Amino acid sequence: MKEKKKISFVFFIFTLLFFYLPLLVLVIYSFNEGKTMKWTGFSFHWYEELFTRSKELWNAFENSIIIALLSSLASTVIGTLGAIGIYWYRFRHKKLIQTVSYLPLMLPDIIIGISLLIFFAGIGLNLSLTTIFIAHTTFNIPYVLFILIARLQEFDYSVIEASYDLGAKEKDTLLKIILPIIKPGIIAGFLMAMTLSLDDFVITFFVSGPGSSTLPLHIFSMIRFGVSPVINALAVILIAATAFLALLSKNMQKYIYQS
Amino acid sequence: MSGTSVEIQGLSKSFDNHQVLKNLSFDIRSGEFFSILGPSGCGKTTLLRIIGGFEEEDSGVVLLDNVDMKNYPANKRKTNTIFQSYALFPHLTVYENIAFPLKIKKMTKPLIKNEVEKYLNMVKLSGYEKKYPKELSGGQKQRVAIARALINQPGILLLDEPLSALDAKLRQHMLVELDSIHDQTGITFIYITHDQHEALSVSDRVAVMNEGKILQIGTPSEIYESPKDAFVADFIGETNFIEGIVQEKGGKFAKLYSETLKTMIEFDMDQSVEIGDKVKLTIRPEKIRVKRENPQKTSSQHFNILKGKVDEIIYHGFQSKFFIDINGFILKAFKPHLSYFEESERIGWKEEVYFWWDADDSFLVEVSK
Repeated sequence: MKEKKKISFVFFIFTLLFFYLPLLVLVIYSFNEGKTMKWTGFSFHWYEELFTRSKELWNAFENSIIIALLSSLASTVIGTLGAIGIYWYRFRHKKLIQTVSYLPLMLPDIIIGISLLIFFAGIGLNLSLTTIFIAHTTFNIPYVLFILIARLQEFDYSVIEASYDLGAKEKDTLLKIILPIIKPGIIAGFLMAMTLSLDDFVITFFVSGPGSSTLPLHIFSMIRFGVSPVINALAVILIAATAFLALLSKNMQKYIYQS
Repeated sequence: MSGTSVEIQGLSKSFDNHQVLKNLSFDIRSGEFFSILGPSGCGKTTLLRIIGGFEEEDSGVVLLDNVDMKNYPANKRKTNTIFQSYALFPHLTVYENIAFPLKIKKMTKPLIKNEVEKYLNMVKLSGYEKKYPKELSGGQKQRVAIARALINQPGILLLDEPLSALDAKLRQHMLVELDSIHDQTGITFIYITHDQHEALSVSDRVAVMNEGKILQIGTPSEIYESPKDAFVADFIGETNFIEGIVQEKGGKFAKLYSETLKTMIEFDMDQSVEIGDKVKLTIRPEKIRVKRENPQKTSSQHFNILKGKVDEIIYHGFQSKFFIDINGFILKAFKPHLSYFEESERIGWKEEVYFWWDADDSFLVEVSK
């Protein structure tokens, strides 16, 4: 027994190292004074540069946040209504429509990116923050839909019948029964959409125009001109923020898989 | 509150070309405890859902208090349903669940509080107001569902196998409580079940259903004691069937010859038969007496006395079930353990025994020319 415990502990340590060693290197080098991988001394130099002389980066950051908030909001509303519609009503080709709406989940990002680019060009829409917003909303809807249909399928349909039976109309049933029951799913869907939107590079790359850069795009363009330790500093701040958010929304997975 | 009467005329319903209900017509009186008993898939739940307004009939009429319900959706009918799964609202407390129908009606808060307390009392759940459904046991959920349905003051309570998710002890207990709630409120109960004990013990009348048809409607004792149909006899309780050709008839009684028993069997004619008809009798196992000694038969008694060999005895507490072999045909006879003295010499396995029954106790369930 003891031997077994030792082995699993060793595995545990190695897994942690594997995950966090690269991040640790990044954190350490964000405090390096020099610009190369040679340690020349401890300094807050790059943090200073990040906060005082990186206007474009913060601009991209702001874009990312705005796009993430708006597109997750839009996709959550659309996805929620879609899921309720698919679940609630009986209509022809219901299964087909459900499958088709999940399809984008499985398509490679690059295909979605190219098709959106061609589509926007086709209808004459200039690439800007608006096109990024539309693109992000589009790819987020299937995720929200998926989470919410899973949530809806968990609860007993007779609850809806009970609501009608007790005298409630469709509107009361929607507002007082269905939406409160699936609220955890809606929150989970929204958070998931936020994460995906903040994270997305490939699709955004195709549909962004001049001056409409998001944070991942901006970082990519910075790296093309050589790794700047400013990115290290930014990464450290992002890691801290993500860790904080992750601790806050510890229950997110619980919401998704809640019984 | 007073009970609503139900009239069903020529009701039919199909799902995907499969006819679930076949031209049903029957009445339920105001305030009656009416059970619909049948095996799963017989259409009883569909019938209940049509009465409740959850399914639409293909043809036929449902009248509640003599009003055609054609254009009344579920939320406009005087019916409330106790669902098999209880269907409590998981995000609402016990209090909020029960108050839901009144909130929909936009009643004032003090009035709602008053009513909810009254019905919580009725189902003996006072003190549970702030609990959520997931914190309740099965029996407690059941009570919340009952209170929530009754607070709406329906004319009919529809119960869809309400006790099937409870354990046997609790089931018996809830059944007695349902019966007392029925007596207190005076509303009509339509009770769907596949459990004959539930149906027989509390109902005023029972309808036995199979394959989309109602085979017999009657009081529990009528259904049990004088089944009109082989299915009814077989489905309710345990029974024996004896088939044969009618040989003689005279007065109230007739005799058939059974090929399997190789003997004449006397029976009373519940319906008229002619000599030469092929008939089927049912005789309940508890009506058959078993003894070692040959009982004395007098000419005035219409007894069938047969001899056989005990094939199997199953001890069942208050009674023993005998399976008696007569030329390879197995007949069931239940013998209650009446007294110690009678039991002092128990009949054993493979013993030769006499058994007999009164010709009045059998029922004709099938006659064909």
